[in-house]
Amino acid sequence: MHLMLCTGTGCVSNKALAVRQALEKELQKHNLHDEIAVVNTGCNGFCAQGPVMVVAPDNVFYRMVTERDVPELVEEHFLKGRPVSRLMFTPSGEEQPIPRMSDIGFFGKQRLIALKNRGLIDPERIEDYIARGGYAALAKALTAMTPEEVIEEVKQSGLRGRGGAGFPTGRKWESRRRAAGEPKYVVCNADEGDPGAFMDRSIIESDPHLVLEGMVIGAYAIGASRGYVYIRNEYPLAVQRLGIAIGQAREHGLLGSGILGTGFDFDIDIRRGAGAFVCGETTSLVASIEGNPPEPRPRPPRTTLWGKPVNINNVETWANVPTIIMRGAEWFAAIGTEKSKGTKVFSLVGKVENTGLVEVPMGITLREIVFDIGGGIPGGKRLKAVQTGGPSGGCLPGSLLDLSIDYEKLTEAGSMMGSGGLIVMDENDCMVDVARYFLEFLTEESCGKCTACREGVEAMHRLLKNICEGRGADGDIELLEELSQAVQDGSLCGLGQSAPNPVLSTIRYFREEYEAHIHDRTCPAGVCKALFHYGIDEEKCTGCMACKKACPYDAIEGERKAPHRILLEQCTTCGACYDACRFDAVVKHPGGKPVVALVGNVG
Amino acid sequence: MAKLKPDDLDRIRETMARTMSLREGEARARVTVHLGTCGIAAGARKVMSALMDALAEREAKDVILTTSGCAGLCSSEPMMTVELRNRPPVKYVKLDEAKARKVFQDHVLDGNVVQEYALALGSEQLG
Repeated sequence: MHLMLCTGTGCVSNKALAVRQALEKELQKHNLHDEIAVVNTGCNGFCAQGPVMVVAPDNVFYRMVTERDVPELVEEHFLKGRPVSRLMFTPSGEEQPIPRMSDIGFFGKQRLIALKNRGLIDPERIEDYIARGGYAALAKALTAMTPEEVIEEVKQSGLRGRGGAGFPTGRKWESRRRAAGEPKYVVCNADEGDPGAFMDRSIIESDPHLVLEGMVIGAYAIGASRGYVYIRNEYPLAVQRLGIAIGQAREHGLLGSGILGTGFDFDIDIRRGAGAFVCGETTSLVASIEGNPPEPRPRPPRTTLWGKPVNINNVETWANVPTIIMRGAEWFAAIGTEKSKGTKVFSLVGKVENTGLVEVPMGITLREIVFDIGGGIPGGKRLKAVQTGGPSGGCLPGSLLDLSIDYEKLTEAGSMMGSGGLIVMDENDCMVDVARYFLEFLTEESCGKCTACREGVEAMHRLLKNICEGRGADGDIELLEELSQAVQDGSLCGLGQSAPNPVLSTIRYFREEYEAHIHDRTCPAGVCKALFHYGIDEEKCTGCMACKKACPYDAIEGERKAPHRILLEQCTTCGACYDACRFDAVVKHPGGKPVVALVGNVG
Repeated sequence: MAKLKPDDLDRIRETMARTMSLREGEARARVTVHLGTCGIAAGARKVMSALMDALAEREAKDVILTTSGCAGLCSSEPMMTVELRNRPPVKYVKLDEAKARKVFQDHVLDGNVVQEYALALGSEQLG
């Protein structure tokens, strides 16, 4: 007989390990330890009922087993063969064809650490958080560990910065602990600004105390007395919930002086940002907290806040800390790849069936994320590219779908982990247009301090805009590459240094698409309006009039039940007819509106 | 509120375990509406109001109606989770006010899972 005891994070925080000890002791007492083995299993998705235990081979499912229940359980079930119905789980749903969460592709491949409480607790009630093991890691760190031991644990875990660059968190903490100067500060970087990314927002909205607990543990390790969460004001719900959480933590003595009755003092305040992308960069971020214009400055010397040592980590990094302290470095380091440990949260958006927030073990492939979790591309379309890392990252082609995701592999492929935006693109997305879009974003977000970034990104954007509008010229691709090099070399901060990535990665993997725009004056994906035109396939057109009604410019002629025709001189390529047609009769023709056809139509 | 000591955390956990688990205590069911930004944008607040009305109308005192953050699958919001005592939680997706009322009547009050709106049984897998 086997006792399959869940030792997933949820059950462990509900004292599964104490249950295990009690079980072993009790089995020993009744001399059953040779016949009955206690086996640790991974999470089975019934955390709300934890600790759970399945008795094999009979599959009796026990839930919410406590140490106190063990003597009765052993005596009644294992000695006398009478399962304890009081502790049994009534599995509803067996008679009903509803799958389990683990059978749903979207959820089955996810492993939650930073998002471990998502959807399970009320983020505005500290009791809910404590009920799921909250602040136990802080209690452990403050009462049973020295700051050096906390740092060592984080170092051994292999945790790296989740904001994008992937710097080892433990090493960062160690250097700040050693740094001279008082007071010391810790900062949580919640200035999430990548288009399409919402990991940090969602973590704070669903579980603000987890982030706070991570910060207090970090502050204890570093010797900091003051902390700030730098969060953009466009996240009103996150700001509100964070404020409530800070208030509750203070009331309960988890922030302020003498935390948890120990001699450790630390408090956290919110600093709201106005939504400038450059504030995600650490030197700009501290400038903004200090009340100065958010411009980066050269490093070294190391970033300081009001001239004092400061340790800045991203929301998701902080959210990993309590679990690492609770479950230990070894447990964490067993998840992931050789150099990238643990999990990563991605916001999965774009052309996938299931969009949302996913947390997956490092080392998972893009294919698993896009197809198993994301459910594939809607409408049977072909996957073209996956954009990772936001404006600092790049577009990876379909041929790299089996790339396993970690910091190094993504960088080698010309993209980066970034904070975790993951945008899926299909055959209807134009890679030149995507590069243009990101460069437009960066043109607006460049703080203007470095000439290379301010002027270079602008010049690159102008070139891309010309290419998309049919004014590309020979040598533009080479010029873009040259400018990229100059912008990378001549920019102080990450914004400028990584700004060319969207361009370089699309040139690297989709050069032929640039060439089609420049040399053939056509946009193969049918996105750049100057480089394709609409027409009607007369064989497919049923004369249903849907396109004619949809056209805001009266650019479609034709009678009911007879094939329609587009009047190109009036057509603005708005696409209303394309969207309206149910018979795929409106088609995109390569090249801009032909002048000859236009003359012909006028006649 | 008294400042907590490490031992107090355990005490709170044990007290909360009773109310959250529905194993003991008076509540028979818990309904969690997922109110993240994504859920709210998709209409979760309306779902919440509909449930609050239903709760008041039926005077269902043994049902806990609570909120939580994003459940992850943003494209299927609004979502809610229904948990009856001694039963695994059931996640519902793509709700509106009428659907939420039906789930409240059929599942929460009468104990029958509304299969057409249900996504899955159980909760997510941790680390």
